[in-house]
Parts: sequence; structure tokens; C-alpha cells
Amino acid sequence: MLRPFTLHRPDTADEACALLARLGEDASPYAGGTELLLLMKLGLLRPRHLVDVKRIREFDGIGDGARLTIGATVTHRTVERSALVRARCPLVASVARHVANIRVRNVGTVGGNLAFADPHSDLATLFLALDATVELVSPRGRRELSLAEFVSGPWETARASDELLAVVRLAPWPAGTASAYVKFGIHERPTLGVAVALQLDGADPGGMRRIGGSVRVVDARVAIGCVGPQPARVPAAEARLTGASVADLEDAAGAVAETAAASVDPADDLYGSADYKREMVAVFVRRALRIAAGRARGAEPSGRFPHAVVA
Amino acid sequence: MKIHLVVNGRSHDLEVAAHALLLDVLRDGLDLKGAKRSCDTQVCGACTVLVDGLAVSACTYLAVEADGRSVLTVEGMADGESLHPLQRAFVDAGAVQCGFCTSGMLLTARAMLAENAKPTRDDVLHYLRGSLCRCTGYRKIVDAILVAAEAAR
Repeated sequence: MLRPFTLHRPDTADEACALLARLGEDASPYAGGTELLLLMKLGLLRPRHLVDVKRIREFDGIGDGARLTIGATVTHRTVERSALVRARCPLVASVARHVANIRVRNVGTVGGNLAFADPHSDLATLFLALDATVELVSPRGRRELSLAEFVSGPWETARASDELLAVVRLAPWPAGTASAYVKFGIHERPTLGVAVALQLDGADPGGMRRIGGSVRVVDARVAIGCVGPQPARVPAAEARLTGASVADLEDAAGAVAETAAASVDPADDLYGSADYKREMVAVFVRRALRIAAGRARGAEPSGRFPHAVVA
Repeated sequence: MKIHLVVNGRSHDLEVAAHALLLDVLRDGLDLKGAKRSCDTQVCGACTVLVDGLAVSACTYLAVEADGRSVLTVEGMADGESLHPLQRAFVDAGAVQCGFCTSGMLLTARAMLAENAKPTRDDVLHYLRGSLCRCTGYRKIVDAILVAAEAAR
């Protein structure tokens, strides 16, 4: 059961922000409700006003450009099925296909997921590896923050109470980037999410396969989510990968995974003990790197890992 | 708030509170008890209904969101006394045990088949992720869906 509230349905961002400014802490932005309504049912949040942002046209849609722009109210399902997302950021479409379940994906939005800042978010982890930025709009104007600046802690963001997340922008990886996202967990929300991307020299993927052994990693991304208070890149692991030969990645993956495990600071909770989670970081970073290295050679992983999803 | 929705082909003009959940409007307002409240957190699928063909958790979906849309519940699947092919396949395969998850399973399968007429077993398992059967009778549920898909071709 939900406690009563007043529902506002503004048509523009200006109207919505003015409402939020006027109503203050009594109001909450509302889109898919897949996170917000759950906490309202539990009484953990008790807003007396919901400001529905789904009628604001500029928050909808997916746009192309130097960066891929995804509107805040775009659903996970739309991302999954978008030809544009598949073309520019295929791993994003693939990960969207595995967010929660079909009912959540049909209703839940990209902006809601990021603005809610649940530490167990697949998108936030993956988007860090895509140098994501978010655009916030308020009565004071607009500002753009990196996703790392925006997500400031568990369920905490840099969003002011009268600000709204309008769009997220992603920097697609160059052609010839091998990547993988692996999540692991026995609950609906993952215990661990790992995103890796290896930009390889020689941009032609076909050629890359032929020359195999001489291909090197010129830039690497490793992002880990769910185990800490917020998802984070692992610069030490990225540095170890940069310059490595793809042929050596199978062996190097173990050492890089240990580096990644040493970088995280997990807590004991219902998802597992801190020691367990650190160990799982090592296991799944290693697996994600091997999957990405396999993809660099044009090979999809054949096996499956228990309680894990490979995207 | 005034809403207009079509439920199982029948038009309804209703006055609902902004905080009314679609599940309560269907169960208590329209006496359609097929969708069940179970986990109440969108992880189990027992309350699944289709809104304009899309599977949603009616337990966590405001009734006002269905304004102007078409809602399908399990009560709307059969054509009179004639079961929908998915329902027939569930009966034939023994895919119903306690029955609590059945309406959600049927509607989820229906949404899937509308998108993908030739699903593989993996496609079905992927789409049913988050549709829980606590009798654990998944094998026969998946079998039934594949049989219904095959029969429809």
C-alpha cells in the first residue's frame, strides 16, 4: 500500500523544476517508479508530491553524435532494442537486456536507475567505462557532471532537490575495442558487476583476428560495481593492462584481477562477506578479461558460470 | 483522478486515487483476482499483467499510468469457454501445480510470443527470469510455452 500523494505531470523541464523548487523536500521526481514506489511502499520514503517527468519531451529519446545521448526517461527495454545503441555501444544494449527482469525493463528508466544510485546498478558500472556524463537541469540553468561526480555514494547523488537528470551521454569505444560485462549474484540485484574494455591497436576487427599475437592494448577500462558504496573505475588495473599484448592477456588477467581485488573496499552485508566479495572481484575480473581477450580473437565464451550473466 | 482504460476488451471509466496501484484497482475495483500480490517488490511475477502488450508488475505500477491504455489479465486470455493455446498447453503439459504463479507465467509468455514467435528454450528462460514458481515446476512451464509456440506456427 502506498501513502497518499499528489501527482504532478508537467510538460516541460522548467515547469518540473519550478514545482520541485516550490515543494522542496516534500516532493520527489518520478518516472518508472520501479525503485521509488518500492521504498514508498516500505515507508522509507514518504514524499507528499510526485513530479512525473515522463511528459517532458526533451528527457525522452536516444540521439546520435560524437557521443551517444540517452534521455533520462528512456526505458531499459528501449535501450535493449535500439538499433542506434546496438550500433554505437553494443555492450550497453546487451547489458540492458539483463537488467532485473522484463517487467522492470519495460517500465524502469535509465535516468531513474542512475539518479537512484543504488550501488547494485549494472548501468552505472558500465557507464563509468564509457566516460559517461549526465546533464542536470534546474531553475539555475544546466550543468554537466561526470557520472563519477554525480554518484556520490550509496543512494546519494550530486543532484539538488530542484534539479532533474535530463540526459546521459556516453563516449562510444573506438572500433576494435573488445569488451565484456559480467555480473554475478543469487539475488535479483547483483552481488558484483564488472565492466572491462580493451582498445586494441589496429582498428579493423577482421585484421585484428588475423594478426592475433602482435595486437596490443592501447587503452583499457575496468569498472567494478555493487561491492563498494558506489561503482568505480580501477586505474591501477587499467594501467597494468595498457601496453599488454592480447596474446599474453590470458596470463596477465590473473595479476590484473588481483590488483582489482586489492582496490575494492567491500562491506559485509546480505550479499556476502567483505572477504568473499573481494575474492569474487578477483574471480570475475579475471573471467571478464579472458572473455574480452577471446572476443578480440572473434571467439564468444562457450561455457557459463553459475549465477553469473555474461553480456 | 479520472482514468479511462480497457480491461480485457471492456471499457472502464474509473475514479482512482493517484496512489492507487493497478493491482488493487484490478483485484478490488474490478474483481479480477487472477493477478496475485506476492513479493510486492517486482521480483516474483505473480502480479504480471500486460499494459498495451507490455508485461508490468501491477503491484508497483500506478493505476493512473494505465489511463488510455489497454490492460490484459489472465481472465481475458480465454475466448469464452475456449482456452487460449498457451492455457491449453499449460494444462496438457501439467505446467500448473499450486497455480499461484500461473497467471503471471501465461501473460509473460504471451508477451514474449507476441515479440518472438520462434523462441528457443534459452529465449523462454531469459524472458521468464523474475517469474518465480515456488513449486519449482519450471521445466513443464517452459515445455508448455515451447509447445504453444510450435503449435502457433
